[in-house]
Amino acid sequence: MADEAPFQLLHSELIHYIYKSADGENGRNITKLENMGFRVGQGLIERLTKDTARFKDELDIMKFVCKDFWTCVFKKQIDNLRTNHQGIYVLQDNKFRFLSHLSAGKQYLEHAPKYLAFTCGLVRGGLSSLGVKSIVTAEVSVMPSCKFQVMIQKM
Amino acid sequence: MSRQSNRATDSKKMNSELFTLTYGALVTQLCKDYENDEEVNKQLDKMGYNIGVRLIEDFLARSSIGRCQDFRETADVIAKVAFKMYLGITPSVTNWSPAGDEFSLILENNPLVDFVELPDNHSALIYSNLLCGVLRGALEMVQMAVDVKFAQDTLRGDSVTEIRMKFIKRIEENLPAGDDQHIYIASVGLNAS
Repeated sequence: MADEAPFQLLHSELIHYIYKSADGENGRNITKLENMGFRVGQGLIERLTKDTARFKDELDIMKFVCKDFWTCVFKKQIDNLRTNHQGIYVLQDNKFRFLSHLSAGKQYLEHAPKYLAFTCGLVRGGLSSLGVKSIVTAEVSVMPSCKFQVMIQKM
Repeated sequence: MSRQSNRATDSKKMNSELFTLTYGALVTQLCKDYENDEEVNKQLDKMGYNIGVRLIEDFLARSSIGRCQDFRETADVIAKVAFKMYLGITPSVTNWSPAGDEFSLILENNPLVDFVELPDNHSALIYSNLLCGVLRGALEMVQMAVDVKFAQDTLRGDSVTEIRMKFIKRIEENLPAGDDQHIYIASVGLNAS
């Protein structure tokens, strides 16, 4: 229970550092954060799945990410998982933890992408360790709820 | 379902692994960004400081611990309450200086280094230096200037991990100019009655 505050502060320090050191270019900063998340996601899912049975299919993997993985990182499950059954999944979190202390509404909306990049990487890294190549993006219309879109890349 | 039930028990451990891994990603990034280890150490300390000045508020709010009477009590609170709360470990407090202004925290197992092995070319890197910054920043917010550094580190071949803390001075509370005047007026009022 208690470990959460340091992680949150570390995460905001990460963002602060990346944005302060690299000059300007927004896209590259996002990529850096995303890559860090990717590495963490890879490691974390390895630890998390070490005692679980083999997954049946892609959907089974996505469910695992929405339940166990999300609970491990954010202490709650994804609120809504949708898919078109053609490799696109939308994960909706109505109270995303990295945003919930920022604002409840549209204030600071322009800063939201920074707070999502790391998590996009987490998901992509986690999936990649489970043999699923993907592109993960996120969008926010009103904080603190947000949607992560996972596009599975066919190999 | 069975999957979930056996997960709940070790969720706390998992969470500290998340922290460990994230910290590892940060250090890796810093090592990429800076050529030399000294710079990385400095940066880690700075980031720790930023975390510390914010973490202290969380700590005071949750632990309901008041002002410490002396440095010994401070040491106890840090080791037994703060480290326990945030990292799940209780370091031992030893090596007091005769004047009582300096002590060591001995960390049995530092959770920040759980999956870490230092490559040979980073011999000067103080991997967990963030902790020093956190301690320094947090104590500064309760009016204590303290010097914190790693004296030993198992990552670098020492037998234990030791953080050395030295009390420098008590930071005076600076009252804003307006408040000074206010106090002065109040005291005159008291004398008159």
